[in-house]
Amino acid sequence: MNTRTYSDAVADPYEAPPLSFTDREERTIEVRPYEGDEAEFEALVEMYDSFDPSDRAQGIPPGREDRIRDWLDNILDDECLNAIAWHGDEVAGHATLVPDGDAYELAIFVHQEYQRAGIGTRLIKALLGYGRESGVEKVWLTVERWNRAAVGLYKTVGFETSDAESFELEMTIRLNPSDE
Amino acid sequence: MKVLLGIGGSDDSIRALEKTAERAADTGDDLTVAIVENPSVEHSREDIEQKVTTVLDEFNLDAPIQHLEGDPGSALVDKAENEGFDQLVLGGGQTSPMGKIQVGSIAEFVLLNSHVTVTLVR
Repeated sequence: MNTRTYSDAVADPYEAPPLSFTDREERTIEVRPYEGDEAEFEALVEMYDSFDPSDRAQGIPPGREDRIRDWLDNILDDECLNAIAWHGDEVAGHATLVPDGDAYELAIFVHQEYQRAGIGTRLIKALLGYGRESGVEKVWLTVERWNRAAVGLYKTVGFETSDAESFELEMTIRLNPSDE
Repeated sequence: MKVLLGIGGSDDSIRALEKTAERAADTGDDLTVAIVENPSVEHSREDIEQKVTTVLDEFNLDAPIQHLEGDPGSALVDKAENEGFDQLVLGGGQTSPMGKIQVGSIAEFVLLNSHVTVTLVR
């Protein structure tokens, strides 16, 4: 039913997590896939519970702890691919791929204390590397068009605009060749 | 209050119907239901009308049901403005697999163009 368009060209093969780097504030950041243990889950809840409401996008993350837990249960499901950027035991950012038919929907969140330090770019590249390695072919996302920083980030890593007709821009990327 | 509910058959528009009917039963709002063509919905107009009738009956409402032709957003705005409605009610959008709220194309048009107060039901 959905007719999103995807490039025929495959995006750059980014490195898959685990990986680590030093951000622009000299913090050591480690990106690891979500493994599903309780400590990781609780650290994510903590990050989203203190997430700046003005950084919400299209209703997520939700604004109350019980809703955050319900939402996380949904996107941390076994079918989903999740990458977390850690600063020690604290979550600096989280990026996720949620299955949607033959494609995946992507979202990324960087906590306000860790923004403008280059973490978003590294984290999204790591998630795309993780997706490519896991055989994901097509990824889409929507972004509020006024959010220039986010739109710029998505373009930098290879997303192309597929629908500019609605409130939100829709963008797509191909990580693996079509198997048809 | 004179309320116009626009419904095209999407899940969120059905939810808007149920909540608006419930509210009208409580408040005595003067409700009219307008069925429009939502190109992204597979249900036929007959199915939608059947659903509307069922919900209205459930709340003992005797609200007129009308079919609007042509572009759904502009047809709703025209009707609301020309027939003295106080409020135009629509479904508040679907959610993506990620949980992002996605406002539909009809609601987008109505929000940007209607001079009548718009309510999106969540």
